[in-house]
Amino acid sequence: MELDKQFLLGMYEKMVRIRKFELKVEELHTQSILPGLKHLYIGEEAVAVGVTSCLRDDDYIGSTHRGHGHLIAKGGDMKLMMAELYGKKTGYCKGKGGSMHIADFSLGILGANGIVAANIPIVGGAALSIKMRGTNQVAVSFFGDGGANEGLFHEGANLASVWKLPAIFVCENNQYAISTSQLKATAIPDIAQRAKAYAIPGHLVDGMDVLTVYNAAKKAVKRAREGEGPSLIECKTYRFRGHYIGEGSRTFTYRSKKELKKWQERCPITRFGDILLREGFLTDDVIDDINRKIDEKIDEAVRFADESPYPAPEDALEDLFVEEGTS
Amino acid sequence: MRQITYGEAAVEAITEEMEKDKGIFYMGEDVGRFGGGYGNTKGLWEKFGNERVRDTPMAEAAIIGFALGAAITGMRPIAEIMFCDLLCLAMDQIVNQVAKIHYMFGGKVKVPLVIRVPLGGLRKAAAQHSQHLEAWFLHTPGLKIVVPSTPRDVKGLLKSAIREDNPIMCLEHILLYQRKGEVPEGNYTTPIGKAEVKREGKDITVISYSLMLHRCLSVAEKLSEEGIEVEVIDLRSLYPLDMETIAASVKKTNKVAIVHQASLTGGVGAEVGMRITETVFDYLDAPVKRIAAQDVPVPFSPILEDFVVPTEERIEGQIKRML
Repeated sequence: MELDKQFLLGMYEKMVRIRKFELKVEELHTQSILPGLKHLYIGEEAVAVGVTSCLRDDDYIGSTHRGHGHLIAKGGDMKLMMAELYGKKTGYCKGKGGSMHIADFSLGILGANGIVAANIPIVGGAALSIKMRGTNQVAVSFFGDGGANEGLFHEGANLASVWKLPAIFVCENNQYAISTSQLKATAIPDIAQRAKAYAIPGHLVDGMDVLTVYNAAKKAVKRAREGEGPSLIECKTYRFRGHYIGEGSRTFTYRSKKELKKWQERCPITRFGDILLREGFLTDDVIDDINRKIDEKIDEAVRFADESPYPAPEDALEDLFVEEGTS
Repeated sequence: MRQITYGEAAVEAITEEMEKDKGIFYMGEDVGRFGGGYGNTKGLWEKFGNERVRDTPMAEAAIIGFALGAAITGMRPIAEIMFCDLLCLAMDQIVNQVAKIHYMFGGKVKVPLVIRVPLGGLRKAAAQHSQHLEAWFLHTPGLKIVVPSTPRDVKGLLKSAIREDNPIMCLEHILLYQRKGEVPEGNYTTPIGKAEVKREGKDITVISYSLMLHRCLSVAEKLSEEGIEVEVIDLRSLYPLDMETIAASVKKTNKVAIVHQASLTGGVGAEVGMRITETVFDYLDAPVKRIAAQDVPVPFSPILEDFVVPTEERIEGQIKRML
């Protein structure tokens, strides 16, 4: 394998971190400890990790309502994330954003976004800014198969291509826009085909395989950094949970248990772990060690969130505008 | 003092600021060599070129979204939407994104973005090119809104807006672009959130903005010949709203009418009127009056359009009835 062992273990560790964070969120939400809406990334870890493993700290990402995975993959602090999910003052957004609106501009995370496809033009604008400022950063937009049917996708992809911007459009095709199958909502089988309409490369990849995602993203990042313009990557993936926590058995109104099981058998973490075990990069002991360390970090995040103060009610009136107005 | 047009004053403001700050750039439909739909960007492209004066596709959501993305990553864009009506195509990006990003991310990012919007009416342009949708944005916390009515103020307010680190919509009536007025040369700003008493009077306060302000001033001039002294206030900014100036005037005249070209129901007049009622009710000798367009889409035929939007005759008649 051509990739460095530490690099691969880092990818594996991140995927497990996302999975375990989400399992903890699910647990806390189900216990009514966490308020609000949560959309879990479980099953899709290979996409966020595969793509962000090609990025530098100063590269930008735009995320979605299902954003926890992207944030962790880009280096987001689980303590600040968890505190935000608790609605605490110490959270990433001081409790004003919640699960669907977490940003960390120091890490290039331009924010999760509760409106489907809405980050596409924003990421396009970040790519425009990169080009105008003359840096060689790149900007990545994550969106789903649902987002690909919004007009924002068309406007964003077209303009990014016309202006040859360093943008990468990553479609996480998890098969369903809430309950509506992509097959019923999209006139073509593969969203990657749409790249042709924008005269950009379209990569169709197995989104359950982190290395495949990584290799496609690497090409797109290289192209973007070299000033050649945007790319579209479609990752076929699957969410192992409902659209949101609380969907319950309604999840089987639109998909079968058999289908879910089939995809779960392709779990991206197990699959990547098996490869690493086979290559001798990972042993059962190392897996245990990784699991233990992540569990500790997540416990620490929960403790931090739990012990943190809530904002004062009147804090709701702060942060509407930059105070001084002018820079 | 020299006289230049409203359009020239706007371009002068943008030019002066762009010369000072390399981070400022302009984007929109037909804003480059063509010079803007109404000549409202005339000369910018010649001075700053394709890189900083960017013609976009007809993609209003992308215009706002790209500008926003650039604003939160170190640039200071000015995004133009060619008609107020076309803001509808960019509503998610304005309302859900631009207005909320600073707040919902806990104040951690600034949004130095100006959205420049020519708005219409009185050009027989009918229902989809004549709207005044400012009340929608007044109803959206997180946006500042300026509505300059004079060449001097469009320059001053645009300069203030461009320098701010907050998202600001500058709504410019298309019929004002050719209007001439005194404009100081060089560097000055008009403060955002400050109204101006354009004409002092003791009998009634008339509050307006944008093109309608001029109709109100004409009516005031005419009424003064009849011995009626109308105090005319130009709001200049809709958010923040300068209640101090409004309240002081109402306390003096005890009667107030709000005049705007937008339709009546749920308009700026409703908000301003209610605030007057809440704060200076005791000083009122008559109910607050709104003079606005009828609650129908703007019709095409000149005779219909004139019936729907406030004309000088209608404004005059309504004011007289209050005295």
